[in-house]
Amino acid sequence: MRPSAVRLLNILVPVKRTVDYAVKIRVNPDQKGVDLNVKHSMNPFDEIAVEEAVRLRERLKDEVKSIKVVTIGPTKAAETLRTALAMGADSGIHVEVPDSAPPPEPLGIAKALRAVIQREKEGVDLVILGKQAIDDDASQTGQMLAGLLDWAQATFASKVDVDPKAKTANVTREIDGGLEELKCQLPLVVTTDLRLNEPRYASLPNIMKAKKKPIEKLTPADLKIDLTPLLETVKVTEPPKRKGGGKVESVDELIAKLKEAGITPVKS
Amino acid sequence: MLFSRQLARRPLIRAPRRWTHSPAALAGLKSVTEDDLVHFAHFLPPTSIVSTLSPSAAPSSELESFNNDWMNKYHGRSTTVLKPRTTEEVSKIVKWCNERRIGIVPQGGNTGLVGGSVPIRDELILSLSNMSKIRSFDDVSGILVADAGCVLQSLTDYLAPHNHIVPLDLGAKGSCQIGGNVSTNAGGLRLLRYGSLHGSVLGLEVVLPDGTILDQLTTLRKDNTGYDLKQLFIGAEGTLGIVTGVSILAAPAPQASNNVMLALPKFENVLPLYKETKRQLSEILSAFEFMDRTVYDLAVKHGQGRALNPEDVEGAECFVLVETSGGKREHDEQKLNSLLESLMEADVPLINTGVIATSPAQFSSLWAIREGLTEAVSKEGKAYKYDISVPLYKFQEVVDKTKNHLQEKGLLHEDAVKYVVGYGHVGDGNLHLNVVAAAYTPEIEAALEPFVYELVASYKGSISAEHGIGAMKTHALKYSKNETSIEWMKKIKALFDPNGIMNPGKVLP
Ligand SMILES: Cc1cc2nc3c(=O)[nH]c(=O)nc-3n(C[C@H](O)[C@H](O)[C@H](O)COP(=O)(O)OP(=O)(O)OC[C@H]3O[C@@H](n4cnc5c(N)ncnc54)[C@H](O)[C@@H]3O)c2cc1C
Repeated sequence: MRPSAVRLLNILVPVKRTVDYAVKIRVNPDQKGVDLNVKHSMNPFDEIAVEEAVRLRERLKDEVKSIKVVTIGPTKAAETLRTALAMGADSGIHVEVPDSAPPPEPLGIAKALRAVIQREKEGVDLVILGKQAIDDDASQTGQMLAGLLDWAQATFASKVDVDPKAKTANVTREIDGGLEELKCQLPLVVTTDLRLNEPRYASLPNIMKAKKKPIEKLTPADLKIDLTPLLETVKVTEPPKRKGGGKVESVDELIAKLKEAGITPVKS
Repeated sequence: MLFSRQLARRPLIRAPRRWTHSPAALAGLKSVTEDDLVHFAHFLPPTSIVSTLSPSAAPSSELESFNNDWMNKYHGRSTTVLKPRTTEEVSKIVKWCNERRIGIVPQGGNTGLVGGSVPIRDELILSLSNMSKIRSFDDVSGILVADAGCVLQSLTDYLAPHNHIVPLDLGAKGSCQIGGNVSTNAGGLRLLRYGSLHGSVLGLEVVLPDGTILDQLTTLRKDNTGYDLKQLFIGAEGTLGIVTGVSILAAPAPQASNNVMLALPKFENVLPLYKETKRQLSEILSAFEFMDRTVYDLAVKHGQGRALNPEDVEGAECFVLVETSGGKREHDEQKLNSLLESLMEADVPLINTGVIATSPAQFSSLWAIREGLTEAVSKEGKAYKYDISVPLYKFQEVVDKTKNHLQEKGLLHEDAVKYVVGYGHVGDGNLHLNVVAAAYTPEIEAALEPFVYELVASYKGSISAEHGIGAMKTHALKYSKNETSIEWMKKIKALFDPNGIMNPGKVLP
């Protein structure tokens, strides 16, 4: 095989603007959705993805050629891009959907991301994204994207090592009951798990710099994709309220209460 | 009683050794006996009595957390803790103790930092922890009435869905009680914005030292009908009576909060930065907290919050945490951003750099660094804590002079004093000077006191800005209060508590 010239890595990090995880979710009276008039911020798993891309550059230096962030969302999603740029990404793409449009579904997003990747002149070697978004918890986008592109995928990553020369990556995954190590060929889709890293604060000089970094605006039509939802939301409800516990004054009272609740001692 | 008061009035000549020595205030007081327990058992359930005496005969380990203070510096030897559930029960206990001349230490969350919440000898401990009910909340006026034993955090949690906050916040919020906060007139992290408890406490219910219940639990914003007695109990540290109920004005919850941590090249920049921040942020500025580099490093070492990136702390001599709280996110962010821009783009910048929290997780994390300082210091060693008010521009000088003084005494090394650090509420002129030692020793104490107090007095400062006097600073009261003031404080004490049973040996020399 002919030795290929050392390829420099181009990394793409898709990010989503979601209702902040600290906000108490309230279901709308029509039971078709939740109150969105609340604080939003970057999906925490995506923040981990941006952080990982920036750390890869810190480790691999010039071997990482570009870190691009992309979001598909309403006008305000641009703020999320700025946050990612302040953390260290180089440039952004905003695929703008009207504020009034219903939220796109994972398959639509995966198709949009495929279209974005295919437009990139220098190609994309590595996509890092959150394992799920905390609003719909679907955990599908990364997998669908890898499927559409026919790329390798390493989901729920807790450690990522990339060797740009060999065009491979070693990824540790969090699986039930332990860890799994994968060796993958680039190009690759990685989805992040919580333990991968702890995202940095955005520093003031970087926030200032981020203001000057380019954000390209696109529409779904530019990408020739249709984001109309395929699924219908039938009903959204709150989980049943937990009943509070009570305090007892003595062991005897506790035993009486347990009996009342139908719990009896096991005979040995 | 006359006898002991005369004793107390003698000029103080001795300085250290006071841990081993019971003050005169305890001289006429009696210990709890088994007979007393029999009496208490008439109206208290067994779960409200913890005692090493018969018949309950609990192991003394069960009393450890009540007998020793948060810093593990002050150690009482009480045999008995009572945990009444109602004001009436408190009243009965106090009445009995007054008749029998048994000293009482009211105890809240036991997070006080001046040894006021533990007995000096074997006084009875009256814990408010079983009185933790919220009595009422009016979401129109924002007035909250609660039992004194409500933990501060639980009040915050209770108010959150009603869109209100307690006008008080401090690092000990998970354990300290509203009654303890009132009794120490705690300041904390929100004082800059919401003022002191003397303003926000609207009413109190207090059990006086003879057992009388003084009901001043009004819920009126305005009430000019003679002497405002409740003010006396705010900051009385349990020496005038037991606070059993508190009526407090909660503030509307801010709709948007932001914070930033700024790294400063030198201390001299703190003041100009404070001025500029106040000018530009005006009504949305809600905290301006200072910490020097050494204490920041200790917080990071002991895992308090997520540290800043190495390049952001490089060359920083100190840090300032700025918080904004306001009604409209866009408005607040715009103000904050233009402040930060002007700071970064100034010809001679006041700050090296800074970080901004972009998510609630980061918001909490930045606060965790500041709120974790007290804990970090106590993990590092034994802390001598001086909570002082001095003019802002003297903050660094106080730290430096103390350090030099210890150096001259040959006490600044690994086995004696490890660090001298400063942090505090710049907005309130309140510095926490902490001397972190390998162990509490008489030499270090003798080197620090009265040195620190004299230093503070030379700036016309206060030797206790917010933590109170407790057992730690009774001998130093004179550095901040003149003779006439102390004389009248003693008269007030004698008027309320002629038998001297309420938290004896605390506050007054
Ligand atoms: C990590 C940490 C951070 C802190 N930060 C601050 C801060 O920022 N600002 C500040 O001002 N303080 C601060 N403190 C000290 C502060 O004084 C206490 O945390 C708090 O106000 C005391 O409440 P407590 O319920 O723990 O009272 P305790 O420690 O139990 O008691 C304190 C004093 O009040 C008396 N007392 C308690 N309850 C009653 C009652 N119901 N009736 C009558 N007397 C009573 C006690 O006898 C004692 O003299 C901090 C302490 C810690 C440990």
